Amino acid sequence: MAAPEPSAAAAAGPRRSQRSDVHTISLYVNNKPGVLVRVALVFARRGYNIESLVVSPAARGDFSRMTITCSGDRETLEQIIKQLAKLVDVVHAIDHTGDDSYETEIALVKLESRLDRRTEILQIAEHYGAKVVDYGPESLMLRVYGDSDKLDAFLALLGPLGLSELVRSGKILMARGLAET
Amino acid sequence: MTAAARPSTGAEVLIRCLEREGVRYIFGLSGGAAIPIFDALVDSKIELILVRHEQGATHMADGYARASGQPGVVLVTSGPGATNTVTGLLTAQMDSSPVIVITGQTNSENLGKDAFQEADVTGITYPVVKHSYLVRDAAEIPRVVREAFHIATTGRPGPVLIDVPKDVSQGPCDAPFVDRVELPGYHVPGAAALEDVESAAELIARSRRPVLYVGHGAVISGAGKAVIALAEKLRAPIVNTLLGKGAADEMHPLHLGMLGMHGTAYANKAVTSCDLILAIGARWDDRITGKVDEFCPRATKIHIDVDPAEFNKVLRPTLCLLGDARIVLEQLLPLVEPLDTAEWLAQCKEWRRRHPLKYLKKGGLRAQHVLDRLDALTEGRAVITADVGQHQMWAAQFCRTREGRRWITTGGAGTMGFGFPAAVGAWFARPDQEVWAVVGDGGFQMTLCELATAAVKKAEVRILVINNNYLGMVRQWQELFFENRLSGVDLEGNPDFVKLAEAYGVPGLRIRRPGDIDRKLREARAHRGGPVLVVAEVVKEDNVFPMIPAGAPIANMIIEPPKHRLEKPHGST
Repeated sequence: MAAPEPSAAAAAGPRRSQRSDVHTISLYVNNKPGVLVRVALVFARRGYNIESLVVSPAARGDFSRMTITCSGDRETLEQIIKQLAKLVDVVHAIDHTGDDSYETEIALVKLESRLDRRTEILQIAEHYGAKVVDYGPESLMLRVYGDSDKLDAFLALLGPLGLSELVRSGKILMARGLAET
Repeated sequence: MTAAARPSTGAEVLIRCLEREGVRYIFGLSGGAAIPIFDALVDSKIELILVRHEQGATHMADGYARASGQPGVVLVTSGPGATNTVTGLLTAQMDSSPVIVITGQTNSENLGKDAFQEADVTGITYPVVKHSYLVRDAAEIPRVVREAFHIATTGRPGPVLIDVPKDVSQGPCDAPFVDRVELPGYHVPGAAALEDVESAAELIARSRRPVLYVGHGAVISGAGKAVIALAEKLRAPIVNTLLGKGAADEMHPLHLGMLGMHGTAYANKAVTSCDLILAIGARWDDRITGKVDEFCPRATKIHIDVDPAEFNKVLRPTLCLLGDARIVLEQLLPLVEPLDTAEWLAQCKEWRRRHPLKYLKKGGLRAQHVLDRLDALTEGRAVITADVGQHQMWAAQFCRTREGRRWITTGGAGTMGFGFPAAVGAWFARPDQEVWAVVGDGGFQMTLCELATAAVKKAEVRILVINNNYLGMVRQWQELFFENRLSGVDLEGNPDFVKLAEAYGVPGLRIRRPGDIDRKLREARAHRGGPVLVVAEVVKEDNVFPMIPAGAPIANMIIEPPKHRLEKPHGST
């Protein structure tokens, strides 16, 4: 196989405003104990930080899907993907950075807010399509989903309004059309 | 029919699976969690080679694997028994050697409870195995063993660990044997894509100064004949890596010997000046490239490898061909035409004439002299293992290897203590061959307890201890790069190795001066019926040249002992 030009993948460019050093990889793996450790070690050995990781059973129960977002230089990532693909338990590893995939993420947000700030919070929530899932006397819980940039913007607005807890699911992704995830 | 036909145990099924895989020897040491498996061995035709330390077992299995091409099998107990195999696993992993390590484990119900001799063995070994299994149910045993052997021996070979809890080995098992493996995530490359082979042929056709750079992959795939055929057809010189020794006959007129940090000057000059370098199962290791940016920067680089993760790892070749080295070379051969390399070969010949390997025959006994004579007496036909350090590099330089699987050493890991047990394992694989372990006084002492194993099993291993009473390679670096500030290299307190051998019932011979060399080596060669040890008491301070300082460009090769102080190497090790 011909060696790809180092710039070829970079030139394809991201579809939306992704940070340039953040990558999204999907793995199709055997659903077995220890697989997650093997995968994590490939990153850890090369000093690559995993930012988010979602693991769930695939359509066939003896396999799992992993969606990993991570940050670091592209050459190391190329090596990481090859090392992931080399693991016996990894059926395939695909770098979806910048390609045309549908991706989404869910966040749960808790706000400890005074009553007089609630109108503003609910307005923001409505704008972002967030749903109030717990409405208490001293706190609110919101659920929001969408692509990660949208969640970042939403959370930035809530920051000064008494945001006290945040849980994000991490990104999940699926290739569009007949392309393989 | 006996009335008391009891069901088989997991251990019995495990041993029968090993028999079905063709296993003849198990190198091992028992302990509580492994007793059921050792018990099952009593009724097996597999011979147990009882070692004195588990590390020795792993190196024996590794030496067996490298000498035979068949997997070497290790059986040890849980906890410390298992952790003692970690160095051997690393050694096998770095050098792509098919070693199967079976470890006993505490009962399943005790896992994670800090039970006696419990260790998270699969956890500890993840980074140093090709694959591993923790067997949770005896019914898995036949599948796990079949998969383990398949994975260990195919593609880029490597070690596989099987951790077997005691309740699994002791409990009943009626699982049928398995012949087929289903591993959807595991692919074994064979032939390369035709268009890539054609592209390679086109690139080669343009070359006037080609070099074939041959690595361990060529040995593993049995590509020796194809390498020679290609070299002869192209009229191209061959160089090999430390582990590639023997893939192609080093005495062939087109062979320039080993390249790299302590390679021959002419091999390194050829690589520096070539216009095309064809890597055949070699991975551009830092011991080969020195400073990567300056490693034949203008040469076309073609990389043949069975492991796609090696492509673009160290440098970006012009073309990569994924496949088994032998098959790819056989694809390539009919597509290439002889090249006009007369001038180039004349140049290589001139370098060889001007910069031969040399050493002093006066002023005391030199390791190079002993090894040069060993080479002459054995005519490159012996199986030679080497440990790590100066003796290893001198052996690599002076002991030419004529065919694959006759030169066995630890390359990637550089594991001191490997050489001697590896020779014991190699002898079990090739008892018909003359087997030599070339070791230093430092490394030998790390696994010398296996003298007992070799003596008991009457393994005809000839141990050549190159004794300079120093950790010589580190001393060389300290002398050359650290103003001769010696730190932690003086092995004062070394035993008398002849007396040490005799304590194990092994005859010991001593070479004190150049005049002793041939006589003592002949005596050792003639010895039959068990191991023999020859200690060569060589000059304390001698250095391996040529030398390329770690991380430096090859052009900075030091051929003669330097007269001025050298700056510290940039390379990490």
